[in-house]
Amino acid sequence: MPHDHHDHSHEGLSTSGHPYRADNDTGLSYWQVMEIALRELLIEKGYLTAAQIHAQINAMDSRSPANGARVVARAWVDPEFKAALLDNASEVSRAMGFDIGPMHLIALENTDEVHNVVVCTLCSCYPRNLLGLPPDWYKSRAYRSRTVIEPRKVLSEFGLNLPEQMQVRVHDSTADMRYIVIPAQPEDSFGLSEEALAAWVTRDSMIGVGLPLAPK
Amino acid sequence: MGGDPAGPINPDEHDFALWEKRVDALMVLTSAAGLMTTDSLRRVLEDMGPDAYETMTYYERWIASVAQNMVEAGAVTTEELGAKMTEVRARGSTYGAAS
Repeated sequence: MPHDHHDHSHEGLSTSGHPYRADNDTGLSYWQVMEIALRELLIEKGYLTAAQIHAQINAMDSRSPANGARVVARAWVDPEFKAALLDNASEVSRAMGFDIGPMHLIALENTDEVHNVVVCTLCSCYPRNLLGLPPDWYKSRAYRSRTVIEPRKVLSEFGLNLPEQMQVRVHDSTADMRYIVIPAQPEDSFGLSEEALAAWVTRDSMIGVGLPLAPK
Repeated sequence: MGGDPAGPINPDEHDFALWEKRVDALMVLTSAAGLMTTDSLRRVLEDMGPDAYETMTYYERWIASVAQNMVEAGAVTTEELGAKMTEVRARGSTYGAAS
């Protein structure tokens, strides 16, 4: 059939619309065997419990960019909160009820003159407590290699073309220090409630590769 | 790696498979138990060399590093891990059957 492709098929996609890793559907891989074996050994030897692993995965699943969006939205409506956030983002996020762990979290404010973008050239350090697990591209060689030498070109590949007079600052994360971008509030959103504003704050705007967007 | 030449960024995203989440959980929990650190995770990843980025997925590299760290910490031996892997493989040919 000439038109036998599956434009509208959602087969193989999860509820979020992303495909599952291919490994889910193929035969058992060497590394999956290693994961099962190591996990079982650590449980048998009393280093970990199955309940701990289950609880950790639940905690991981419950974190999403919606957490970071709440922090950003509050910073947009409350100047005192924003000042405290820029001063000590770990403490302020903890006070909002987010488990930040022992790491230092630094909030970076985008302005009319400065645009911040976050990378981890060493590995994949990411403010996962506020944004969930990092997207694939954040962990890719291409993003990690190029963001520090040609940030404007990288940003343009994400559809973000910054004016030439805008200063771009690239922040390289470490194991102990994570960054979150506080994007500039779009003019179209002025006057909205904190709750409504949170819907404008995209994950990519908090990494610095995108801008806040009006919710669809 | 920062500053090295590289091609375009692939914007595709995927949801994490259960086995990948378990690898992540193993790293977090063994670190909390004092058996490894983020730095020791990364040391083994870097020892693998740049080729590993082409031939292994992210969480494949991570499980290799966590396993190496557990051996170095004395939590498991390579013999125990090898024997358990043989046992796991005999259970079935899919992740669901083996885990």
